[in-house]
Amino acid sequence: MSATAMPRQHRRIEWRRVALHGGALAVLLVLLYPLAWLVATSFKPADEVLASLALLPSRLATENYGTAAEGIEGVTLLQLFGNSLTISLGAVLGNVLSCSLAAYAFARLRFTMRGPLFAFMIATIMLPHHAVLIPQYIVFNQLGMVNTFWPMVLPKFLATDAFFVFLIVQFMRGLPRELDEAAKIDGCGPFRIFARVVLPLTRPALITTAIFTFIWTWNDFFTQLIYLFEPEKYTLTLALRTFVDTSSQSAYGPMFAMSVFALLPIVLFFLAFQRLLVEGMANSGLKG
Amino acid sequence: MANTSTAPATSAAPAGTGPKADTTAGTGTKGPGRPPRRERQGAAWVFLSPWVLGASVLTLLPMAVSLYLSFTDYNLFDPPSWIGLRNYVQMFTEDPRLLRSIGNTLLYVLVAVPLQLALALAVALALKSMRRGRNFYRSAFYAPSLLGASMSIALVWRAIFNDGGTVDNLMSGLGFHIGGWVNQPGWALVSVALLTVWQFGAPMVIFLAGLQQIPQDLYEAAAVDGAGRWRQFASITLPMLSPVLFFNLVLQTIQAFQVFTPAFAVSGGRGGPADSTLFYTLYLYERGFTASHMGYASAMAWMLLLAIGIVTAVLFRTSRSWVFYANEEAG
Repeated sequence: MSATAMPRQHRRIEWRRVALHGGALAVLLVLLYPLAWLVATSFKPADEVLASLALLPSRLATENYGTAAEGIEGVTLLQLFGNSLTISLGAVLGNVLSCSLAAYAFARLRFTMRGPLFAFMIATIMLPHHAVLIPQYIVFNQLGMVNTFWPMVLPKFLATDAFFVFLIVQFMRGLPRELDEAAKIDGCGPFRIFARVVLPLTRPALITTAIFTFIWTWNDFFTQLIYLFEPEKYTLTLALRTFVDTSSQSAYGPMFAMSVFALLPIVLFFLAFQRLLVEGMANSGLKG
Repeated sequence: MANTSTAPATSAAPAGTGPKADTTAGTGTKGPGRPPRRERQGAAWVFLSPWVLGASVLTLLPMAVSLYLSFTDYNLFDPPSWIGLRNYVQMFTEDPRLLRSIGNTLLYVLVAVPLQLALALAVALALKSMRRGRNFYRSAFYAPSLLGASMSIALVWRAIFNDGGTVDNLMSGLGFHIGGWVNQPGWALVSVALLTVWQFGAPMVIFLAGLQQIPQDLYEAAAVDGAGRWRQFASITLPMLSPVLFFNLVLQTIQAFQVFTPAFAVSGGRGGPADSTLFYTLYLYERGFTASHMGYASAMAWMLLLAIGIVTAVLFRTSRSWVFYANEEAG
């Protein structure tokens, strides 16, 4: 290749990079538009929601947030937020505890039927929730747990989110076995090995599990729709549901002000842990 | 799904190291206080007990009960009465709305999943060749996958695709007057599909991770042999990426079959306009929890389970001809 060809090739690569970044920014703009729209609309006065096509409101109509704070059906926004938080934190605790226990057994201990049970556990990742929905509802109904938070939280303490068991298993398999062996020689039983050696090292996978569980539970609509029917028990998601029937434009401001609160924890979690979340997702598709 | 396809292999891997540990235990019997095998098994079952309880009481048993209920007429209050195959017969002969919901769901899966995966792959390829800013875009593009499942975004979607909403205005400006997509039977489903496509970030992240695992020297060798960029894509990238593509395809298809929240929001909870967004799960919810036909809804749930099982099995079967595992050749 002659010396004159080099700079030209270099320039071509420069153009490619500009095009790549231009394209990526364009995609970013489209992706972010609904979010910008949501925030902007939450500050729009009622008469501007449709009349004006501008994204930015002419004045900041903070009264939408005042209306949203009053909540719905006599239940304040704070209470709705608290309900969502209680359910999500309960689910996080349950998933981290039960999934790490099960994962340790699958990753490190030997027991009869481990192969078939592991295969079954993996298969339940693909099981549609609807296949168990109605009998589960009947069980929770019999236990008097309908219209309580238990149907959202209790299953998490029983490691029903197989996806996370799998995620933690994959992570634990990456830990050197020599550590277990060394602890064993030092006289540790399986419980102490788990608590003192494996669990601390598994922290990244546990944090990923915690954050994903929080976000998915916080976002969940279907389960809450089925189990919660008294306004005092409503979550933010369910409160938003009451706006689904009334699509009148005048309710737009308060509705999207409430939506902002419903998205806020997810956005904050995402900003704080985006690297962890993205890598957790990336690892789910690859062999450990 | 890569999960499942690796399940036998991965579960075999520790089993392979297991005997090794056994032999060291066997030869090194001097090691004091090595607990007997049964006791070690006991420990495993203690660790496993929450999962065993959950899997039996909240998964296996409900599946069996759901199957039983699907042969009954049950309204949650009176005891179920056995009616044999009536629910299933009714589904396919006397319930046009059910057939409609199947059609809608299939159409949605066939539109949304390929579009979403194609976009995810295209963006992953673009990001891979990017030197700076890759991690930033990767994170930013992933965000909608977390937010998009929420009721908030579903409501935003309904508003911007509504009459006078942004999309409506934009299309009118371009000379295509469609009106409010969510009010038109032909377009409401498209708006829901676009919400799914908007969440291309999750499969994109997995594609990108897969792309980064492809050894660079394969490309260098191909370049030396004079392979152009398309040739490299077709002969290296696609085959090397096929397990990841398969994983994404299975995962997204299964998820798409169960879509609920956006259809609920866009249609005001009823699957409208004119049942055009009446997805299978929405109809299942309506039959079971609004109309209290729990037996019928159970039959629907089992048909869904069956459908997902069949689709997954078909995908696995066809995957043999197009999914390439690098270690197959080595092994």
